[in-house]
Amino acid sequence: MDFALGEEQRMLQDSIARYLESGCPLERVRDVAEAGDARADDVWQELTNLGVHGVLVGEDYGGVGLGLLEAALIAEALGAAVAPVPFAASAVMAPVALADAGSGEQKEAWLPRIAAGEAVIGIGVSEQIGRRETDGVRAENGRLNGKAMFVLDAAAADALLIASDDGALHLVDPSANGIERAKLKTIDRTRTVAEVVLSDAPAELLPGSADNREPLLRMIDAGRLMLAADTLGAAQTMADKAVAYAKERRQFNRVIGSFQAVKHMCAEMAAELEPCRSLVWYAAHAYVAIPEEGRLMACHAKAHLSEVGKFVARKSTEVHGGMGITDLLGLHYWFKRIGFNRQLLGAPELVREEAAQAQAWV
Amino acid sequence: MDLEYSPEYRDFRDEVRAFLDENKHQAPGPRGATPGQPPNSPKAWQQLLIEHGYAARTIPREYGGYGAEPDILKTRIIAEEFARARVPPGHSGDNRLVPTVLELGTEQQKQWLVPPSVRGEMSWCQGYSEPGSGSDLASLSTKAELDGDEWVINGQKIWTSGAQNADMMFCLVRTEPDAPKHNGISYLVFSMDTPGIDVRPLVTMTGDAFFNEVFFTDVRVPKDQIIGKRGEGWFVANTTLRYERGGLGDPNEAENRFNRIADIMQRETVGGERLIDNPIYRDRLLKLQGQILAMKFNGMRVLSHNIKGEEPGLPRWIVKLNGCELNHQMAGLAIDVLGELGLLYDGSPYLRDGGFWQARYMLDLGLIIGGGTAQIQKNMIGERALGLPKEPKVAEAGA
Repeated sequence: MDFALGEEQRMLQDSIARYLESGCPLERVRDVAEAGDARADDVWQELTNLGVHGVLVGEDYGGVGLGLLEAALIAEALGAAVAPVPFAASAVMAPVALADAGSGEQKEAWLPRIAAGEAVIGIGVSEQIGRRETDGVRAENGRLNGKAMFVLDAAAADALLIASDDGALHLVDPSANGIERAKLKTIDRTRTVAEVVLSDAPAELLPGSADNREPLLRMIDAGRLMLAADTLGAAQTMADKAVAYAKERRQFNRVIGSFQAVKHMCAEMAAELEPCRSLVWYAAHAYVAIPEEGRLMACHAKAHLSEVGKFVARKSTEVHGGMGITDLLGLHYWFKRIGFNRQLLGAPELVREEAAQAQAWV
Repeated sequence: MDLEYSPEYRDFRDEVRAFLDENKHQAPGPRGATPGQPPNSPKAWQQLLIEHGYAARTIPREYGGYGAEPDILKTRIIAEEFARARVPPGHSGDNRLVPTVLELGTEQQKQWLVPPSVRGEMSWCQGYSEPGSGSDLASLSTKAELDGDEWVINGQKIWTSGAQNADMMFCLVRTEPDAPKHNGISYLVFSMDTPGIDVRPLVTMTGDAFFNEVFFTDVRVPKDQIIGKRGEGWFVANTTLRYERGGLGDPNEAENRFNRIADIMQRETVGGERLIDNPIYRDRLLKLQGQILAMKFNGMRVLSHNIKGEEPGLPRWIVKLNGCELNHQMAGLAIDVLGELGLLYDGSPYLRDGGFWQARYMLDLGLIIGGGTAQIQKNMIGERALGLPKEPKVAEAGA
C-alpha cells in the first residue's frame, strides 16, 4: 500500500516542469497569445524530445507507453506553466480512442506520427455533452454532415476526430472538400478551439466505435481528467504566486501576509487545493487499474477541480490587489486557463449529473 | 502508486476478521449481550483485545500493553475491521495522556498511571481551557503554588470533557508567574476525588452536558505528581495535543456518514418522488461527494507518508479544518432533505436515524470550534505550512 508517486513519475514531472520554467516563461506565452498562434513551436519541439506527445502511445508505435497518471502529471505541469501547446486532445484523447476503437491501419497511420510530434489530432465531442439545436453531426455512407463546435486543439490539427450523434467516432481530414474550420476566439489564448462545418465531408469510421459508445465515453473520461490535472497545475501556480506576493508586499508597515484576512485567504486556497492532488492521482490511477470506478472518479475530478480552480483563481487575484487584474502581471493567463478547463467537456453541474448516473442514482 | 496490501497485511486482516467472527458475541453493549444475561463487561472485553494485540497494541508489556512494534497499517486495519463488524474497539488508556507519560514520565509515573489506564480502571479528563484562555491557551491563569511537599491549586477550567465521570485529570497550571507565559506552566496529574474540586456540568445546545466547568479551591496535590519539569508544561502539553489532533476530521468516518445520507435520499420520498430525484438536492449531494473523496484520498496520502516515517506536511495540516467542515455540511444536507422531519429531536416519533443528524449538526459545529478553531487552523496552515509571517505581537501590557 503506497498512495504516492513513484520515483520515475516524480522525475518525469520534474523534468517537464524544469524545462517549461526556462523554455516557456510568461513572455513566451504572451508572444503566442498576442500573435494568436496555434502553438509555441519551440516548446512543442522540446516537449517532443521529452516524450510528451507519445506518453500514451505504445512502444510498438514509437511512443513511451505510459499510463493516464503519467499523462495527468504532464497536464499538471503544462497547466502550471500555461504552456501554449496542444495536449489533452492530441496526446491523450486521440491515442486513447485510436487504441480502443481504431483499425490496425488507423493506428499505424496516426500513432507513430503523434508520438513523433509530426501530427496533431483535434477532438470534436462537445455535442455529446451539451448539444445546441443548431449543432450536431450526422454520419451516412462514410460522409459527415452538420456542425461540430468547440473542437479542441483544432487550429494546428492534421486530422480531426469527430463524434457523430450516434456516438461513433470519425477521422476527418480538415483540408478535404466539404470541411470548413473556423477558429473560435475564447478567453484562453493558450489553447485553440474551432467550429467545424461538415457538408458531405469524407470521413473514416473508427470501426470499434460503431454501435458502441464506450470508446467515446472512455475518451471523454480521459479528456476530463486531463483538464482537471491542468487546472490543478494552474491553480497551484496561482496559489503559490499569491503566497509569494503576500510575503513581499508591504502596507501599513507590515507584509500583507501577516494580516489574518490575507493569511486566511492563502490558507483556504491551500486547504481546498491540496486534496485535489490526491483526487487527480486516484482518478488517473483508477482509470487504468480500477475501471469500474473510472467514470465516477473522472467526473468528480473534473467537477471538483473546476470548483476549486474557480475559487483559487478568484482568491489569488484578490490577494494580489489591483495588480491582480492587470495585463502587466499576467496572472490572468492562469485565471483564463482555469476558466477554459471548467467549461470544456462539461461544466461541473453537467458532469456531476453524469456522476449520479454512474452510480445509478438517476 | 500501489493500492494493494502485501500478503503480510492481507493475512493480518484475515486474522482480525476471524477473531471478530469468533469473539464478537463477547463484546459489551446490546449487540453482544446474551438475552436475559447482564451485558458483558467492557473491562473483560478490553483484556481480551489486549491479549490478542487489538488494543493497547504498541504499549510495552511491562506497562500492561501488547508490546508490538508500531505498525501504522496494522493499526488502521484493526480500526477498519472493528468498524465493519460494528464491534466496539479497544482503547490504549487515554490517547492523550498515555503517550505523554510514556514519552516524558518517570519510571514510577509510568508504573502508576499506564497499566490501570490501559485496563480501563483509570479514566481521564483534560484540564486545559479556561474562561479567559481559549485559543490563547498559554495565557492560562489557574495557579499552583508549592507549599512544603504539595502543590496548592486555585482557579477554574472549562470545556472539560467527561470530567463528571473521570477518575483523574491531567491539568495545565501556572507555577512560575514571573516567567514569560509559555515558560511558566506545569503539567500536573491528580485524582478527581481530591478535596476542593467542584465539577459543574455545562449544558450545550444539544441538551446534553458532555462538557463541564471545574473549580479548584486550595486543591492539594503531592509535589511529585508533575509530568516533566516545572515550567515545561507547555512543551509537555504540545506532546499531548499532537496525539489529540490526529483524531478530528477522520475521512473514513466522513465517508460512512455520506453513504448514510445517500441511502436516506434513495429511500425517502416526498410527493411520490425520491429525495434524490430532486436535482438541487442531488447536486448538493454530489458536490459533497467530490469533496469527501478528495479528503479520503488525501487521507491515504497522509497514511502512506506516515508508514514511511515521512512528515506529510500540508496534507496533514488541512485534515481537521476540512474534515470538521464537511461533517457539519453533511449533517446540514441531511436535515435539509428531510424537510420538517429534519426538525424532530430527542426521541420524537417519526425521527430518522435516531435523531443522529440534528445532534451531529450541532456537535460538529462544536468540533469546528473545539480542538483549535477553524480560524486557528487557518493561522497554522498559513504560518507553518505556507511560511507566512505571524501577526506582530501587541505589547503585553497594551489595552
